Amino acid sequence: MSLADAIRPRLRLNGQHQVSLARWHVGNRKLAQVVGLAVVAVVMIPVVYLVIGAISADQEGLEYLLRARTARIVGNSVGLMLATTLCATAIAIPFAWLTSRTDLPGQRAWLVFGLAAMVIPSYLTAVTYAEAFGPRGILQSLLAPFGVERLPGIRGFFGATLTITFVTFPYIVLPLRAALLHCDRSLEEAGQSLGLNRWQVFRQITLPQLRPALSAGTLMTALYTLSDFGAVAVMHFNAFTRAIFIQTASFRMDNASMLALLLIALTAALLLLRSWQRHRGRHYRIGVGAQRHLEAIPLGKWKFPALIFCGAVVFTGVGIPVLVLFKWLAGHIITNPIQVPMTLLMRNTIGVSAVSALVVTIAAFPLALLATRGTSRFNRWLVNAAYAGNVLPGIVIALALVMFATRNLMSIYQTLPLLIIGYSIRYLPFSIGATESAFAQINPRFEEVARSLGLSPWAALARITVPLARGGILAGLALVFLNVMKELPTTLILRPIGFRTFATRIWSSYDEAFLSSIALPGLVLILVSAFALALILRREEALG
Amino acid sequence: MSTQRFILFSLVILLVTLVGAPAFADDEQVLTVYSGRNESLIGPILAQFSEDTGITVEILYGGTSAVANQILTEGENSPADVFIAQDGGALGALAAADMLHRLPDATIERVVDSAFVSPDRLWAGLSGRARVFVYSPESLEEHGLELPGSILDLTGEEWSGLVGWAPTNASFVANVTAMRVLLGEDETAGWLAEMIANGVQAYPKNTPIVQATIDGEVVGGLVNHYYLFRFLAEDPDITATLHFFPGGDLGSLINIAGAAILKSTDQPYDALALVDYLLSDTAQEYFAQSTYEYPLVASVHPSVDLPALAEIETPEIDLSDLADLQGTVQMIEDSGALE
Repeated sequence: MSLADAIRPRLRLNGQHQVSLARWHVGNRKLAQVVGLAVVAVVMIPVVYLVIGAISADQEGLEYLLRARTARIVGNSVGLMLATTLCATAIAIPFAWLTSRTDLPGQRAWLVFGLAAMVIPSYLTAVTYAEAFGPRGILQSLLAPFGVERLPGIRGFFGATLTITFVTFPYIVLPLRAALLHCDRSLEEAGQSLGLNRWQVFRQITLPQLRPALSAGTLMTALYTLSDFGAVAVMHFNAFTRAIFIQTASFRMDNASMLALLLIALTAALLLLRSWQRHRGRHYRIGVGAQRHLEAIPLGKWKFPALIFCGAVVFTGVGIPVLVLFKWLAGHIITNPIQVPMTLLMRNTIGVSAVSALVVTIAAFPLALLATRGTSRFNRWLVNAAYAGNVLPGIVIALALVMFATRNLMSIYQTLPLLIIGYSIRYLPFSIGATESAFAQINPRFEEVARSLGLSPWAALARITVPLARGGILAGLALVFLNVMKELPTTLILRPIGFRTFATRIWSSYDEAFLSSIALPGLVLILVSAFALALILRREEALG
Repeated sequence: MSTQRFILFSLVILLVTLVGAPAFADDEQVLTVYSGRNESLIGPILAQFSEDTGITVEILYGGTSAVANQILTEGENSPADVFIAQDGGALGALAAADMLHRLPDATIERVVDSAFVSPDRLWAGLSGRARVFVYSPESLEEHGLELPGSILDLTGEEWSGLVGWAPTNASFVANVTAMRVLLGEDETAGWLAEMIANGVQAYPKNTPIVQATIDGEVVGGLVNHYYLFRFLAEDPDITATLHFFPGGDLGSLINIAGAAILKSTDQPYDALALVDYLLSDTAQEYFAQSTYEYPLVASVHPSVDLPALAEIETPEIDLSDLADLQGTVQMIEDSGALE
């Protein structure tokens, strides 16, 4: 298993591996390769410049890397990753099970509101948690009648864990829910008939079937934790991304590059580890006959505790952030002398997100084609390289692109194109992944038939492949749009002078403690993101 | 349109955007200001300048030492025309790197005291700010504490967990730099370590420290004098107040916010117009009225109830000596204050 293969999640459709074809039936292979190579060249810029930055570091820089404090940063990041993965899993398993397999009242609503936690950017959740759970925060004022004068405060490890847990648990719920809905009920029944009680059935039969889904979900959470900047910055927890941001913001590029390379190594090591221990058992049905409709498991006397659990999860994940934002919207707090019209923020944010999503989708197209319709060694290498964004946190890409622009291409320094390139490198894997899996689901015989009936390779692509893959391509587009809109560190570092988005406005208002100017941009951002997420989920639902 | 044409068309658009956009952007003459001062403090008067003179200004905001570093890294290529800093040290660092334009006598002479301009006339102070200890008298009483006689007293056990600071804030960095100059390296590093061991609460900036003081999260904190007045303007009932460390203590440093023109500017006249504007009565009135700082020209006075600038017992130090901010930032980082 090479590192390149580990970085790129492999496609699995019902146990059948990637569709491979000896011949190329659609499009133009040469053109796809040339364009793909150009895209990969851009994707590789950050890695190249980080290495240059690290190599050019002098003795002092090396000493910086070898200090005990660097080991502490590694420890902080790894500790945070383990804690968030564990906590998010502990919440996600019961939440996914209750909302998909039981007769929980209002099941659908709980699910939708629970998933909504993922559209709230981590920095926004963190800022509102700091307000709610701070030493003299909202919780303290509720406890004051009981003699609680101050709370211990949540900044640091605890606050960062709490924030990231609630932002990421939906990433585990989604694959878990899909797996729960498709798992083989007859196995559970067999277990029951052999005398297992309900808990034993869950532990010994259901849970093992969920392992691939759990593995995918926890990996998402772990990667998110390593690359997240907002939560650790707000909570003052010195994980890698915050340390790199502090160095980058002060233009100490060699220190920052070395920390960044170390973070990349850590991320890559995590992916390698996961791909080595990837479960090799079979998880698909082998029995004959159609899958039966799943019957809801009655909760009985557990209904009330289950409702309390779901209520607490949804309240913490979505309720608290939204309520705190409303409190700030209404509250009498120190006014920000700098007023920015919401329409301007909206135009900038949506404009840059839409353009980035389009650019990414176009750039992903030839690579997805190479991934599914061409299997040469060179193509594989090209596609794997394009997935580099998976191991490059936003702050790392931003840092490298600043070095690139200031040293070699001053004309794009502090311009929108550089910002869009930064977003594109980060989110290209999302789009390739979505497009690739859509292509892979198309039976290549359709294309062969089209070709044999006289269509040119291009016509086959345009009239057969693209229309059939349209849904997947659009889902990738929406996913990139959603993520760019919330993105913070790349935006802060690469934006043109004076360019404001929802994210930068929220950040600078927080930075200067103008809480009232966080409220409106925050609420609008959540609303627009929720809309984009709803589109994506609807599509997945439609696919069954 | 065929797919082939569509793909080619999209690629052409992409290329044109990538190559063309910066070229278009350069067409318009825009004065680029790199500001180490918060937007809420300097943004309104810069907007006023644009309105009054018709000169378009674009502003990059960041921390003072970060922005100074950015200019040093960008070097000759820096888009910056004017640098506005929160402290004399960062201006001193750029002066030492020979990146600043000499200012005309008429500009320099507007400033009331030669302590607040560069000895080589490379930068001018715009407004004065005193380092103070903001505190809440109720919290002080509640914890049975007395006002500290010196910034060095805050390491005492009685203050454990009750003091706030902003370790990445430029004014704080400048204050620690002054400590290094006057106390020495080891003593200063020792003070930082003792403060941290004593559970000092870290905040990103000064405003949250004042907020935390009002909320009772801490008893008091190390800030610049003017932040409290912004809160008082919203709510006159706030009881938090200022303490100037007495006897020329290190904790009552007076620093400046200042401006300089970059040597690499392509618009020296517009740049000078901006610096002169910031020293005009209009702008100085703005600083006095809106940011509650000390105006630095003879004709304008502070708008709030403050001891006169000359009456504050401040440590004997030349602001240009505070240029080694980098060393201080490193020391603060090594102390573990950012964790």
